Amino acid sequence: MITINPFSELSEFIPSIAMQVYVIAMVILVAGGTMLDMAHKQSAKFFFRNSEKAKKLATNPVSAGEKASIALKTVAEDVLTSGEFCNTKRRIAHLLTMYGFVIFVTTTAIMIFCYASITAITPSILPLLWHIGALMLCVGGYWFWFFIRVDVAVEGNPWYRVVRADLFILSLLATATFSLIWSYCQASNVSGWNTLFFGLFVLSSTVLFGGVLWSKFAHMFFKPAAAFQKRITKADGSRENLPAPADRPEQFGLGIKREAPKHY
Amino acid sequence: MPTFVYMTRCDGCGHCVDICPSDIMHIDKTIRRAVNIEPNMCWECYSCVKACPQNAIDVRGYADFAPLGHSVRVLREEEKGTISWKIKFRDGREKNFLSPITTQPWGKNIPKLGELEIPDKEALNSQLLCFEPDALNVDTGLPVLDKAQLKEGVYY
Repeated sequence: MITINPFSELSEFIPSIAMQVYVIAMVILVAGGTMLDMAHKQSAKFFFRNSEKAKKLATNPVSAGEKASIALKTVAEDVLTSGEFCNTKRRIAHLLTMYGFVIFVTTTAIMIFCYASITAITPSILPLLWHIGALMLCVGGYWFWFFIRVDVAVEGNPWYRVVRADLFILSLLATATFSLIWSYCQASNVSGWNTLFFGLFVLSSTVLFGGVLWSKFAHMFFKPAAAFQKRITKADGSRENLPAPADRPEQFGLGIKREAPKHY
Repeated sequence: MPTFVYMTRCDGCGHCVDICPSDIMHIDKTIRRAVNIEPNMCWECYSCVKACPQNAIDVRGYADFAPLGHSVRVLREEEKGTISWKIKFRDGREKNFLSPITTQPWGKNIPKLGELEIPDKEALNSQLLCFEPDALNVDTGLPVLDKAQLKEGVYY
């Protein structure tokens, strides 16, 4: 099952051009949703206004070369290793979900654009990575959903409490889960069920990519920009008016941070 | 108006929710980030500001005390045992403070006050304790907090 391309069998019923148009439509929805989100919240305006404020407070001007090096560091530490998370469990769950999502979406696009016909011979690495990506999404995502979500872990809300902030993670989990079940039903030739789960897979992925304006999806574009700007404020000395770190040794161990914030 | 959260810096860890003594720092239902749900009840104790690992919380002081144009920011570094304040006045003056918050490792040598003896009647009437308020409730026991009085499902 995990080395079979489910889209090649699907091409018997749905032409590959339709699948490709759907993928392009999802890309347009994401781009459009992000731009509408930015326009609605005026995020770009506030982002650049904050940068201007920080520049006025700067004590060491940052050259273009230094900015480029800071950008690379941001990508390497904050983006690729989710370095901003202080909590290890949150960081690991985010890495699993992030890389699972990237692998899943990339392999889906490759299989649909290059190998979505019944005669195509898909290299087995692609469906293998597709399944691994979906599994990583499920592991990281369900772990986050049941245990790590801050409104559950810190405020004591039950795991089944659903709010608007859950739109992104729920549609992501639904997409990954239904894709795996669909792949299984397809490979086992369970007719009827494979159609049902394929339909649910398409529905959940449409909600995921179409709901960008209402969900947290766009954070994957905003957070790297915010992380870059934060590093610039540290480099130019403005530090958002925060005091400089004290020049003292770290010798006393953790205080309030040695306990998880679960005193509810 | 008191504490507010910089959404671009908050990562939703919940330390401020845990530490707020007034139970007014909570998690926003739309973006899952911290938010002060009742600024009117904030007494600017700075607990959340100090506890935030991302320094994402700031305070707008009440206008009669801290007019617009000022900035008060704090950095608590518990591993170094220090707290640093940077205060910018609106006329451009800046003051920086660095103070210790502990002189020995956290969690060690904490006095076990609960194991000390409750003062007897003679001790309560002594010169040292005679002005202690009746709210010590040595005779009647400590007051109990009713869970129903608390907002947002916080349970103690």
